Amino acid sequence: MLEQIIITIATAATPLLIAAIGELVVERSGVLNLGVEGMMIMGAVSGFGVALTTGSPWLGVFAAIIVGALFSLLFGFLTLTLVTNQVATGLALTLLGVGLSGMIGETLVGQPGVKLENIYIPGLTELPFVGKLFFGQDPIFYISIVLTFAVAWFLFKTRAGLTLRSVGDNHGSAHALGINVIGIRYLAVMFGGACAGLAGGFLSLVYTPQWIENMSAGRGWIALALVVFASWRPLRVLAGAYLFGAVSIGQLHAQALGIGIPSQLLSALPYLATIIVLVLISRNRRLTMINTPASLGRPFVPDR
Amino acid sequence: MSADGNGPNLLEVRGLTKIFGSLKACDNVDLTVGKGEIHALLGENGAGKSTLVKMLFGSLEPYSGEICWNGAPVRIGSPSAAKKLGIGMVFQHFSLFEALSAAENIALSLDDQTPISTIAAKAQALSYSYGLPLDPYSVVGDLSVGERQRIEIIRCLLQKPELIILDEPTSVLTPQEADKLFETLERLRSEGKSILYISHRLEEVKRMCDGATVMRHGKVVGHTDPRKETAASLARMMVGSEVHAVVRDAVEGMDKAEPLLEIRNLNRKPATPFSTPLKHISLNVRAGEVIGIAGVAGNGQGEFFEAVSGEVTQQDAGTIRIRGKDCGRLGITGRRLLGAAFVPEERLGHGAAPRMKLSENLFLSRYATDRKAFLAPGGIIKEGAIDSATQRIIEEMDVRKSGRDPEAAALSGGNLQKFIVGRELDRRPTVMVVNQPTWGVDAGAAAKIRQSLIELARSGSAVLVISQDLDELFEISDAIAVMHNGSLSNPLLRAEATFEKIGLLMGGAEPGHADHTVEVV
Amino acid sequence: MRIELVKRPQHSALFCALSPFLALGLTLVAGAIMFSLLGKNPFHALYYYFIDPLTGIWDPGNRWQLHELAIKAAPLILIAVGLSVCYMSNNWNIGAEGQFIAGAVVGSIIPVLLPGFQSWIVLPLMLLLGMAGGAAYGAIPAFFKVRFNTNEILTSLMLVYVAQLFNDWLVRGIWRNPEGMSFPGTIRFSEYAILPQIWPDSGRAHWGFVFALVAAVAVWFMMSKTLKGFEVKVLGQSPRAGRFAGFSQARMVFFAFLLSGALAGLAGICEVAGPIEHLNEKISIGYGFTAIIVAFLGRLNPLGIVAAGLILALTYLGGESAQIAIGVSDKAVRAFQGMLLFFVLACDTLIHYRVRIIRAPAVKTGEAAQNA
Repeated sequence: MLEQIIITIATAATPLLIAAIGELVVERSGVLNLGVEGMMIMGAVSGFGVALTTGSPWLGVFAAIIVGALFSLLFGFLTLTLVTNQVATGLALTLLGVGLSGMIGETLVGQPGVKLENIYIPGLTELPFVGKLFFGQDPIFYISIVLTFAVAWFLFKTRAGLTLRSVGDNHGSAHALGINVIGIRYLAVMFGGACAGLAGGFLSLVYTPQWIENMSAGRGWIALALVVFASWRPLRVLAGAYLFGAVSIGQLHAQALGIGIPSQLLSALPYLATIIVLVLISRNRRLTMINTPASLGRPFVPDR
Repeated sequence: MSADGNGPNLLEVRGLTKIFGSLKACDNVDLTVGKGEIHALLGENGAGKSTLVKMLFGSLEPYSGEICWNGAPVRIGSPSAAKKLGIGMVFQHFSLFEALSAAENIALSLDDQTPISTIAAKAQALSYSYGLPLDPYSVVGDLSVGERQRIEIIRCLLQKPELIILDEPTSVLTPQEADKLFETLERLRSEGKSILYISHRLEEVKRMCDGATVMRHGKVVGHTDPRKETAASLARMMVGSEVHAVVRDAVEGMDKAEPLLEIRNLNRKPATPFSTPLKHISLNVRAGEVIGIAGVAGNGQGEFFEAVSGEVTQQDAGTIRIRGKDCGRLGITGRRLLGAAFVPEERLGHGAAPRMKLSENLFLSRYATDRKAFLAPGGIIKEGAIDSATQRIIEEMDVRKSGRDPEAAALSGGNLQKFIVGRELDRRPTVMVVNQPTWGVDAGAAAKIRQSLIELARSGSAVLVISQDLDELFEISDAIAVMHNGSLSNPLLRAEATFEKIGLLMGGAEPGHADHTVEVV
Repeated sequence: MRIELVKRPQHSALFCALSPFLALGLTLVAGAIMFSLLGKNPFHALYYYFIDPLTGIWDPGNRWQLHELAIKAAPLILIAVGLSVCYMSNNWNIGAEGQFIAGAVVGSIIPVLLPGFQSWIVLPLMLLLGMAGGAAYGAIPAFFKVRFNTNEILTSLMLVYVAQLFNDWLVRGIWRNPEGMSFPGTIRFSEYAILPQIWPDSGRAHWGFVFALVAAVAVWFMMSKTLKGFEVKVLGQSPRAGRFAGFSQARMVFFAFLLSGALAGLAGICEVAGPIEHLNEKISIGYGFTAIIVAFLGRLNPLGIVAAGLILALTYLGGESAQIAIGVSDKAVRAFQGMLLFFVLACDTLIHYRVRIIRAPAVKTGEAAQNA
């Protein structure tokens, strides 16, 4: 029973984790992309659509990743090359993504889902208590964990990661040193888009193998909050995502149990929790100041 | 051919030009640096020195012209290309990353993949051998300006350059730290390296340099041997005309004048992890006098300015008194209404809103003090009145601009500063507090600003000037105090102050920084 | 080949005026491409979106289309005017949708809880309550920003979901019409609680549109002619210069959020007391988000916002007419609107920068460059 609960928590946490890790890399490079929700939902609809047309959920996953990355390029082009306001452009990306996905997905509503199967390792998956949890989940869960550690290693143990962090700290200095600020940011933005797309693909191919309009339900925004909550550190994002997963699952179970609290209030818990968590973390100004990438959101025009 | 006939010169630049939009930052520049030579690049702010040097370092691409290295023409397309040739640069404004350690900062400027620990060890060894000791694991955000410059120098030296370009290196150093730097440069010269030394400080140039190229308004106006010139002749080459020395007469009866600005035991906790706390600052500025506060950047000047101006208020109303009235709890508007005026260090973004017109920037600081003139009932803005006031100030201060009422960002630094100072002087304030009045301002504008400040004082106001430029302070102040690490020394009368004494105080060496709450001067 | 931006010494006044039109034009082109990809004739589609909804307006007896336009535009303009003050002061209120709902709910207290209260004063009270409700809801992210330095984008947005869920709970639970046959929604408002139409004979447009115009003019006046407007602009552009001027950033956060919350709340109660005539679970259809696009298309100028609001209202009507005529989904409207915002932002670049397309790397004898 406990194992089952933990598995559901992991399933709820996975899309948050992937999207947040992607955005963490983007923000570490100094760019604020508020379009996570839009990229996520585009990933969801394309992943579902491709899986449905081809019959292969894996192709759906790849489509989700690619669509997420391409969609993020729109944002990248505007904010990095045309130097538009990052907040407004991120919002625009979300609005466009939500609208476009609704349009594309109209014919997909109600269609039967194509589910990405859980992995199965003979012997291991059948272990009591930990079998399903560690060896019997869907593949994207494993990707999410590996991704988290890979990003942590990349950022703090490699020269490339150091370079990326320096761009986020002071893009002027980085440029003066000959670092290709815009190039690195483009790559970071696309990585963030790919991650958001993958998270969306997870939603429509694993979580609820279906297409429902607006199915991301604000997870993209929660992922953004997670990055702040984690002070831009990948392992803390992992902790935060699972915390939120627990809150989401908790309220779902509470609704199922039919305890006296109205279902809408329970559904609101994740959003309220996000607000509370944000307030708590931003109270400590010292902490925020030290950890926030100093160039975050600021426009950069190289002089050549 | 080089001066001594031993093979080609290390660096020869011919006809180098750089255009930004409609501005010719560099116009047909010629420059020659021989091997083992310390060559000065002289010129005042805006002459084009930084632009020229950025082209040598590959940060900017020339519009036209030729660069020859060791006799062969080269194209320097990027900083890594420059480094490969053997050109290293220490910028005036450091390219450092606050959140990273010294070793990480150095690693980022080296294009290879050596592990950080190796770099840290090498850097530390090198730093000690050159007399500029450095802890490679310290976080840059915690370091002083002088220490940060060391990182810049070490990282430059680690790449074994043949030519080292230094852009205004002593502008952020105390006189003693500057001496240390000169020792290092002489050592480098004796090792056969060449140095291109950018400065507008004539005494240093005369002391250190074998040759000099003087620039003005983007063009080269002459090549010379600075040791054969006087400071005056070099200045004339830089500026082009006689710059009138600032006139400063003593005033009778200054000791008996009442203090118009009193600061009593000002304390301020650091607002951010990177800012300097203020400790027990006390100072009086009397009617008719100019008090200068010297100090290297980063010792609390900005925090001090904010506290005095009222952008940050004090708990105890009596901490700051203007014209005898307690105003510690008043904000900046309240203090302005008492007759004080303030000019902050940063022009764009603090003293003026860059994207707003000059008239709007006038309104910015005077909507409260000139309420009757500028505002109609209901808070409606009287644009006509503001416009005529703006034009009056523009004329009075000789502000050069394009268009009748351009945005602040469109003006050059000197002209904008003239306007900002002028808009405050226009009010004839009783107390004037200025932070870095002529930073980045050309000599003509600087002279005008300094003269205006003296005249304001002589007309009976109290003037407090915070500046990193010791020459300036010696020129205009009646007494000079020194800020170090958030504490203020007792002011020294102008007649008793010497560069050396002030320099020691700037470095924090003298016990003059002990806590004191007694009345001073 | 690369694109390079050269900063203009000053804003280009030409492009300030031109940019929205340029953006509209580009959106039309992109929309045409989108329709072709969907297999529809692009010209037909554009016709039904933009021209057809207005074909009847020249006939004096047939003004109902203008009225429909006004009905859709009113909440957009009201909300966007408030948002313009927020964005100009660099307060990113993304939660207008939530403040809209809050206003609708709080304003509906009287007709739902006191249906027997019949007097001419009911409607004005409802409107005031609506404004108060929206303002109070907007004060929440403002408070967190000022007191705890919490990012207002995320808090205001999370509150949208909370408001939607709260409203859903209300109209399905304690406020549900007992005679509503288990459909969610409150009782229909009584006569005194309904927002009247301006010219009932020619169409359904209600007084909300008048409020929108009044708000637009009033806010325009404040922003361009008064000290308060100056304060908004300075704090938004250069907060440090604003502090130097003696303006309080904390007070401005509250001012901006309370004002935009109130206007969004007013839009909410007008929708509920106007066309819908009761509170139900479907009142939130995204006006709060579309208003963001209206605000930017109008270049954050309240007068421009009136025009922009009408244009976006037109796309809503167009969506309906195109769906009927050529079978394009009305969801395409959302995509359209999103694209529009993109183009608006992209075209705004031209106001601050000149765009140069560099064909080859810099050569000794000068760059081969082209001014765009």
